[in-house]
Amino acid sequence: MSKLKKLTGRTLFLPIFCMLLVMCANIIYDAACGNFALNFFTISIQNGVLYGRLIDILNRGSEIAILAVGMTLVVSASAGTDISVGSVMSLAASFCCMLLAGFGVSSTNELQMPLIVGLLAGVLMGCLCGTFNGFLVAYLDIQPMVATLILYSAARAIGLLLCNNLIVYIRNDSYAVLGKFIGPVPTPILVAAACVIIALIVLKKTALGLYIQSVGINKRASRIAGLNSRKIILMCYIVCGLCAGIAGLVNSSRITSADSNNIGLSYELDAILAVALGGNSLGGGKFNLIGSIIGAYTIQAITTTLLAVGVSTDVAPVYKAIIVIIIVAVQAPAVKDYFSRQSAKRAAAKARG
Amino acid sequence: MNKKFAAMAVAGAALCMAAIPVSAEEGNLVIGFAQVGHESDWRTASTKSCQDVFSAENGYDLQFVDCDNDPQVQIEAVRGFIEQDVDYIIIDPIQATGWDQVLTECEDAGIPVIVIDRTIDDSDKYVSWVGSNFKTEGLAAGEWLKAYAEAKGITEINALVIEGSTGASATLGRTEGFKEIADANGWTILDSQNGDFTQVGGQEVMESYCKSYEGQFNVVVCQNDNEAFGAMDAMKAAGVTYGVNGDVILISFDACTAGLEFVKSGDINADFECNPLAAPFVEEVIKQLEAGEEPAKEVYMEEHWFVNEDILASITVEGAEQPLTVVTDEIIEAQY
Repeated sequence: MSKLKKLTGRTLFLPIFCMLLVMCANIIYDAACGNFALNFFTISIQNGVLYGRLIDILNRGSEIAILAVGMTLVVSASAGTDISVGSVMSLAASFCCMLLAGFGVSSTNELQMPLIVGLLAGVLMGCLCGTFNGFLVAYLDIQPMVATLILYSAARAIGLLLCNNLIVYIRNDSYAVLGKFIGPVPTPILVAAACVIIALIVLKKTALGLYIQSVGINKRASRIAGLNSRKIILMCYIVCGLCAGIAGLVNSSRITSADSNNIGLSYELDAILAVALGGNSLGGGKFNLIGSIIGAYTIQAITTTLLAVGVSTDVAPVYKAIIVIIIVAVQAPAVKDYFSRQSAKRAAAKARG
Repeated sequence: MNKKFAAMAVAGAALCMAAIPVSAEEGNLVIGFAQVGHESDWRTASTKSCQDVFSAENGYDLQFVDCDNDPQVQIEAVRGFIEQDVDYIIIDPIQATGWDQVLTECEDAGIPVIVIDRTIDDSDKYVSWVGSNFKTEGLAAGEWLKAYAEAKGITEINALVIEGSTGASATLGRTEGFKEIADANGWTILDSQNGDFTQVGGQEVMESYCKSYEGQFNVVVCQNDNEAFGAMDAMKAAGVTYGVNGDVILISFDACTAGLEFVKSGDINADFECNPLAAPFVEEVIKQLEAGEEPAKEVYMEEHWFVNEDILASITVEGAEQPLTVVTDEIIEAQY
């Protein structure tokens, strides 16, 4: 009993529990259809690459997971969200493809410059956007949502301009490196894992995580305590932009083209949702990065499950909404309090009885 | 850099022209065109078609406004045209509703309105609508598949459909048309899911299909070319062969240049065009109006059906015989 309590008391218990619950829906579905019950969880090697629904979740969820890293920091430090990440993804991808293909070229087999230069430029463009957002928020004290609204609407349009209003196709296998496979493993999984691990190491091994949280809890107090609050907020936005840049390149590399209209479309909402599903407060302060990452894969697990179950496309968003409402409600402080009061009452009754 | 600057200058000039009254060359017909935006290659081709047909050499004076997907801007653009007292107004409506008032203003001013591509649902105060018949496209895909399967001796059809964005008229029409033929011939449509008209969407849906219906399907229908590219990626990764020499017949819609390249290489078996070049048909309507005739309320554009193999010459769609075009380099070159 006390062991169970210890388990359920962990901060990450609910996010993980919700993710598992979503996946378990598939066991019931497969069993009901007369398939092998663990179909959803089977991983095999087919055609030389890893194959299975779980791999799909990890693979397709990569962009959201990468975005969630940056978004978590931004939410924590500035008690606001960066709604420009989807558009910045598009801009980074467009900039990279424009450099690789040359301006105004809609389809190319030859790269105009080394691949690494294009990729770095794309990532740098992401950082630049992050710097812009961060400057507005940290130094001009503009509300995060208003500040990032600028690039939310402008970045995608700039991307379109860079691509001369065309979809730029790069028909060169080297550009597919970020979106396809390295050996049997889909590259996006590795990129996401690298981003998460680097972020975790930096946050755990340095005092940075602590600084960000303290700035998020009380900006003035942190400054009086000797922290440069503005600089820390600026840095969080730069990291967020960096993550958006990387996510944009991964998404673009999947399709080996820059489709500026569609890359990262409404990804900012999924990234914010991932942070919330991970049990983080959008009011800033304390954060749990792993929670956000689990939130990101939970969103993808829902999408993949709906596809696997074959829910009609007209009603799929409704199911998605219902599942999200349940997950968020279960983690709401009021609901948590209610359950802990109930169990306390039971314990008290037991003690009396 | 120069090009970009030029593009901006042109856009600026277009805006200025929309704002000031027109001093048209004597005898030229003045035409106002409120375009949706410039979000895709298809849209760009549509704009260019209008600019080519309604040029000064052809005796027209085109007032072009790019509304950048903003319905408010579009309505203001139409009001601007009324102010300028243009001869004809062409609208590609961003939204299907909210038009009655401004179209009434056009009617009061005595300016005929021609709607292209997308439809207006809440008003009939326009002369003609010129666009694609998406259902016919779906029917054509079905009829082609029927004839192709017969020619190849395929008796059983198990199809998977990757739909476009939910509720889009192209999605509804293409789904309805293809399903009609499928039902009539007893084909099985195993599943039909939303790929959002994007390549990533196509990849994700096909990835899931490959697992849910492993070895059960022999036809994949993608409702635009981008989805077909995504489906090809996913099938390649799963080791499923497709196209002319593969196990799976791949059908696509739109037939943009990039799509036709894959038809030529045999990766896509057949591609059903959605014609963006509305301007010649609009000009036809305007000529009828100038001659005092009454044009048809709905004008459907001629569209082409592109295939890789030269085994069928034509198909019969809704009782009419329609030719199939085998894709060559010249055809790709000529496509938008």
